[in-house]
Amino acid sequence: MIAAQHLHEKLHQDVLADPVQPLLKVKGLSKLYGPEKGCQDVSFELYPGEVLGIVGESGSGKSTLLSLLSGRCLPDSGVIDYRTTQDHWLDLYSASEAERRTLLRTEWGFVEQNPRDGLRMAVSAGANIGERLMAQGVRNYQQLRAAGLDWLNQVEIDPARIDDLPRTFSGGMQQRLQIARNLVSGPRLVFMDEPTGGLDVSVQARLLDLMRGLVRELDLAVVIVTHDLAVARLLADRLMVMRRSRVVETGLTDQILDDPQHPYSQLLVSSVLQP
Amino acid sequence: MNAATQSHAQPRPERDEAYNFAYLDEQTKRMIRRGLLKAVAIPGYQVPFGGREMPLPYGWGTGGMQLTAAILGAEDVLKVIDQGADDTTNAVSIRRFFARTAGVETTERTPEATIIQTRHRIPETPLHADQIMVYQVPIPDPLRFIEPSETETRTMHALNDYGVMHVKLYEDIATFGHIATAYAYPVTVNERYVMDPSPIPKFDNPKLDMSPALMLFAAGREKRLYAVPPFTRVTSLDFEDHPFEVQKWAHNCAICGSHDSFLDELILDDRGTQSFVCSDTDYCAQRVSQGRAEQ
Repeated sequence: MIAAQHLHEKLHQDVLADPVQPLLKVKGLSKLYGPEKGCQDVSFELYPGEVLGIVGESGSGKSTLLSLLSGRCLPDSGVIDYRTTQDHWLDLYSASEAERRTLLRTEWGFVEQNPRDGLRMAVSAGANIGERLMAQGVRNYQQLRAAGLDWLNQVEIDPARIDDLPRTFSGGMQQRLQIARNLVSGPRLVFMDEPTGGLDVSVQARLLDLMRGLVRELDLAVVIVTHDLAVARLLADRLMVMRRSRVVETGLTDQILDDPQHPYSQLLVSSVLQP
Repeated sequence: MNAATQSHAQPRPERDEAYNFAYLDEQTKRMIRRGLLKAVAIPGYQVPFGGREMPLPYGWGTGGMQLTAAILGAEDVLKVIDQGADDTTNAVSIRRFFARTAGVETTERTPEATIIQTRHRIPETPLHADQIMVYQVPIPDPLRFIEPSETETRTMHALNDYGVMHVKLYEDIATFGHIATAYAYPVTVNERYVMDPSPIPKFDNPKLDMSPALMLFAAGREKRLYAVPPFTRVTSLDFEDHPFEVQKWAHNCAICGSHDSFLDELILDDRGTQSFVCSDTDYCAQRVSQGRAEQ
C-alpha cells in the first residue's frame, strides 16, 4: 500500500510537471532472425498511464518486439529512449547492463506468459513479492511482510497463503502473484506477454478485471502483447497490429476493432467467433 | 620458535623423493598462486583455476589441498582440522599426505601452525598475522541455491545484484520464525562481494571479520578459489529487525568447562543421555593441560 501510494504521488507529480512528455520513444526498431522473421521498422511513443496493445498472429514478431522493448535482447538497429523518474532521457541500448537491470526491477515490470518463468517457484509467495524490495535494499522483515500481505490482498489472493509455495497455487493465482511481484516496486511501465494465455475463460475475465483496475488505479503505462482481441478491447487504449514482422496498422483500440483499415486487421477482427 | 612450543610439534618427517615437493608440479602451483594473487586483490571474488585431480575424492578437500600444496614452504608448520578435530580420518590423512610429499612439520597446536587447512571450523584460539587459513569449500557460489546458471550468477556478482540473498533469509524467518541458516551463512566481504564462508558454523563468522590472518578458500570440484585478506571487513547478511546472531549453548564443555566455545552434542547411551564437548579438540586439550578446567 505504501509503495502504491508513493508511486501514485510520484506519478501525479510527473503528470503535473509535464503532461505531454512521452515515457518511451521508440524509433526504427528492427531485429530479424530471417526474412520477415522477427520485427522491423517499429516506431511509436508511449505516454504515462497509457496501455498499448500489440496484436497479431503467431510468429508476427510480437514477443520479439517485447523483448527488444524491455532490453532483454539487443536490436539490429533502432533506438529506444526512456524518460526516467529523474526526468532525463536514457538511451536504453547504450545504457550499461547494470542500468537496464536496475530499470527492469524498479521502474519497470515484466509479466511473463507462463508464471513459472516469472516467479521463483522454490520460495514462498511472500518472498516472491518481497524480492524486488530486498533488491532495492529494504532490510526490514516486518516491512517486507506487510508489503506481501498488502499485495496479496490487492491481487485477490487470501493473505493467509503468504507462506505457501507458488506451485500450490492455481494457474490464475500464480499469474496474479506474478503481477503482484512486479507491481510491488511501484513501476511506471509494465510489459506483459500474453498474461491471460493458458487460463480458462472465467479466470481470464477475473484477471482482466483485476488488471484493468490496477492499471487505472496506479496509472501504469503498459505494453501488452496478446492475440486475444477481447483482452485488447478491455485493456488497451491504443493498438498496434503486427503481421510478418511489420506494424501494419496503429490507432485507438475502438477505431481499429470497429473500423479496421488494413486487410489483415479486417481479417483478424472478422475471425473472432461471435457466440 | 622457542623450545617449549617446539616440543609439541611432531619431528620433521622424511620427504618421499618420488613426488615433487607437496605433490603438485611446479607449473600447477604457479598457476594456483597467480589465481591467489588475484583473489587477494579482489576480496571475495571467485577466481577460476585449473583444478587438478588429487589422490582423494572430490568433497574430501581436494580444493583446500591444492591451495595448501601451492603455498606450502619447507619451513611451514601444517595443522589440519576436520569438524574442529585434529584426529578425524580426513584430518589425519591430509596431514600425513603433506608430511610424506613435502616433509613439512605438522602440529595439532593452533598457535604453532603457519598454515591451517580446515573444514567446518575456525580454531577458537585467536589467529595471528603469520598464519594462513585454507578452507575446503563444497559449493563456492552463495547464489547457486537460487540461480543454477553460472553465467547468470557471475553477472549478478558483477552487477552487485544481491537481492536474492535476502530472499533465502526471508524464507527462514517466514518458515521458522528466525534465521535458521546455521552454517555456510552468507557474508559480504569488504562491502562488495557476497561470499560463502564455506560450511563453517555461523558461530565462526565473526572470526572472519578483521582477522589478522590471511583466509584462502578453494573448491576442488567447482575449480574456484577466493580469499579474504587480513584486516578486511566481513559482515554477515541479516535484517534490521532480525539481526545476525551466533549459536549459544545452555551447557559448558564436559571436558574443559569452556562456556564460550562451539560445542558438539554427544549421545552417550540408548536412553538419549547427552553430553556437550568442545568441537575444537586442540583448544579443549590446551585448556585442560593449562589447568583452567572448571570441573
